Amino acid sequence: MCPGQIITKTINPEYDAMGDEYWTPDIISRQWYQAETGSIPVSGAGYPGPFSGPGFDDMWTDMSEIVRPTRDGIHGREYISTMVSLGRKRQSLVFDEKGRVVVDPLREVEIPIPMIFGTLPLGSLSLDVYLAMAGAAAELETLIEIPVEVWDKAFEAHAGYIVPVLPVEQIKTHDYLIDHAPAVEILDAEGSDEILRGLRADYPDAVLMVKTALGGRCPQRVETLSEIGVDVIHVYADRNGNVKDQDKTWFVKDAVRKVHNHLVDRGIRDRVTLIASGGIAMAEHVAKAIICGADAVAVDIPLLLALECRMCLRCTKGLSCPVEIETVHPRWGKTRIMNFIAAWRNQILEVLGAMGLREVRRLRGEVGRAMFFEDLEAQTFGKLFGKRLAESSQRVSE
Amino acid sequence: MKPSGHAVLQVSSAPAVPEVVRTPCRFRNAIGKYRLRRSSACVACGKCAEVCPYGVHEKKIHKMATPKHYLCVGFSCNKCVEACPENALSLDENPVTKVIGDRRWTPDLLISTWYMAETGLVPPGDIEYKIGDSGGGFDRLEFNFLKEPSRDLDMDRFSTKLRLNRLGDGRHDIEIGLPVYGGGMSYGSISLCTMVARARAWQAWNSFTCTGEGGFPEALYPYDDHVITQVATGLFGVREETIQRVRIVEFKYAQGAKPGLGGHLLGDKVTPEVAKMREAVPGSSLFSPFPFHSVYSVEDHKKHIDWIKEMNPKALVSVKVSTPTDVDMVAVGSYYAGAHIIHLDGSYGGTGAAPEIAKKNIAMPIEYAIVKVHNFLKEEGVRDKITVIASGGVRTAYDVAKAIALGANGVVVGTSEMVALDCIRCKNCESGRGCTRGIATTDPELSELMNVDWAAQRLINLFAAWRLQFIEILDRLGMTDIRELVGRTDCLRHLDYEAAKAVA
Repeated sequence: MCPGQIITKTINPEYDAMGDEYWTPDIISRQWYQAETGSIPVSGAGYPGPFSGPGFDDMWTDMSEIVRPTRDGIHGREYISTMVSLGRKRQSLVFDEKGRVVVDPLREVEIPIPMIFGTLPLGSLSLDVYLAMAGAAAELETLIEIPVEVWDKAFEAHAGYIVPVLPVEQIKTHDYLIDHAPAVEILDAEGSDEILRGLRADYPDAVLMVKTALGGRCPQRVETLSEIGVDVIHVYADRNGNVKDQDKTWFVKDAVRKVHNHLVDRGIRDRVTLIASGGIAMAEHVAKAIICGADAVAVDIPLLLALECRMCLRCTKGLSCPVEIETVHPRWGKTRIMNFIAAWRNQILEVLGAMGLREVRRLRGEVGRAMFFEDLEAQTFGKLFGKRLAESSQRVSE
Repeated sequence: MKPSGHAVLQVSSAPAVPEVVRTPCRFRNAIGKYRLRRSSACVACGKCAEVCPYGVHEKKIHKMATPKHYLCVGFSCNKCVEACPENALSLDENPVTKVIGDRRWTPDLLISTWYMAETGLVPPGDIEYKIGDSGGGFDRLEFNFLKEPSRDLDMDRFSTKLRLNRLGDGRHDIEIGLPVYGGGMSYGSISLCTMVARARAWQAWNSFTCTGEGGFPEALYPYDDHVITQVATGLFGVREETIQRVRIVEFKYAQGAKPGLGGHLLGDKVTPEVAKMREAVPGSSLFSPFPFHSVYSVEDHKKHIDWIKEMNPKALVSVKVSTPTDVDMVAVGSYYAGAHIIHLDGSYGGTGAAPEIAKKNIAMPIEYAIVKVHNFLKEEGVRDKITVIASGGVRTAYDVAKAIALGANGVVVGTSEMVALDCIRCKNCESGRGCTRGIATTDPELSELMNVDWAAQRLINLFAAWRLQFIEILDRLGMTDIRELVGRTDCLRHLDYEAAKAVA
């Protein structure tokens, strides 16, 4: 209304400068909103973004219309479970001559959300930061991975939810952890099979997790780990969800799908729990990673975003954090993290409800409840216009 | 109360094209693509006003008026800058265009829609009015035109009409003047002024607006014959009397912006008047359930359609669904249940409020669904028996024509109407006092920012500009009737496919 037309709005250049091509300003600011309010982002007008995109943006989730069961999950009007169990499942029962079951169920850890807190790939980390995250994990009754070298007595209050992470060669010196932690995560390495077999034999009831890199050899590696008796296999991509494998780069969801399908083909999918991480930046990514075959995901960078991280990456260069994350008050940080997890869970309920699913465990590998850009293009425009140009396909998959 | 039932209407003769009346933006500083600066060197000689073909400059007695920047077509003209003897004028892109719009509704699309709503004409210059920048779907489709645009077309040679009842079941034989009608927007999601203006504009175009799921305000009664009343999962404001008022009743199963979720009206917008209409509590958020808790099969679906048909023996029944992977089956099921119209609302559709995760991720874009449904109905041998209406991301006249070429009979629009009313797409519609343009609000003060006469004329103008484009498209494709275009995918090419490269 200014008569002189002297007022002009512009985009804050600091906003534009945040993050990178994956962790966009939009993702970061939305995460801040959720951490502050605990609310699902709701807005008017239609979707403003591109038709499709790379990574998680080249798939859509399905919904039920009329002729399939549906769930009305919003505001708990109908109960939808987001609980998952982490651990091995027996493939068969054994009975004695009197018909009694003679094997006990294997130990599992049940968590009420399909998310654990993963190790942080960056950040200006301090004891208070870890306490904020561990406090939130405990309150939410999920797990948090914490490298064994940062262990502190202050964590003891939350010990029941902390998964120590350590290189395979250190497990012998820290084996006392196996009896005390809900699970132990071992970083996979060449030649670790014997050690893992030994651990399995020595600690038959422990929940053993192994973190191994996604990639071309991953499906086979996961199969081997499953045969060894590892309970939970945490497969990971880099922080932007990329998996570099020789000359090819995959995205985490596609790499997880390969692993899942391999295990299904081998008939051993239910033997292990798959946790995926890398590039999980929004609630929709959790649902999509599960559709592609993960049982649960490990959330990492969003934990930092909840503490107002701007993804400036100064910490990765040894420089100071502009928002001094290391000084957070654990209670404030814990609340912010719980808020965003609450918002994410509610969004997962929204998509589960739309798909007509009553529990997140039934979403695992349910690609029938998803639509992929490549398939839709082929079924629609491919039939009309022939072959899709290579550069166009590349643009979407990049 | 209006007596139930209408006489069967005859198909109207050639639709009257409503009069276009120039209707400028209601705010002091309309937003344009370009901005002219006039320095203190200006001597008010008036040369710029003489050479400008677009009315940007106006000479007053002793000085030049502030330029109407939004009418400037930019560097492709530049006449005023070149003609100024004092070099007092300079031209640049308006920096505001960096803040408004998005990939689907680019600044150019917003500005061009405002221009069409003001003038009833296609914008001159380089303002893009056909496509957005989403990188897929409609934005990558082009027509294989047979010829260049003609001058001095005989408009009367062309028909843009669409008949909605293809069942021939003795119910209303409705023909609308454009292959377009207005989508459901409820009393509560938009102001009463916006609702009435839409009804008046669609009446002028002999087409329809839709109440959405929020009841049937009395102010719409004079427009009954051009109102579709919606029966959605919350059944807000649905009464026997409202169903009997109208010629078309729409069952809304799902909405493209939030497929699988019920309607959302946040508490701030639930004023006492809105609450009364919906028989709800003021200030309390209203989330409609999902789905219809009485519809779990096609048989249940048919039961509901029969119920509507029994209640209003002349009404057509439209079934609005979103676009899941089995949308083709849903469409056929709706046909066998007795629907006259299957309305597909694609995943990038508009909304007054929706979770962002739903807007982006759930269900397929409309471009895929149209083809899927059109082909399946053909295979089932029933394509000629049901009207396919598409919506959800249809922004421009070219989008409409592309949707029809992909297989729809017509489209439903919504956001384009809001933009015509000066919406800047700030996406705050969910908030009680969020709509700074007074369109999608129930706040009494904000609602006063607009009046019905102005708003209705802007909508009439927009669709007049669209009709010009429909006719130009038909002419360039060698057609004279929009119905010839249905399913003519051979008239299209997709820029991401080799066939298009070969043509290029």
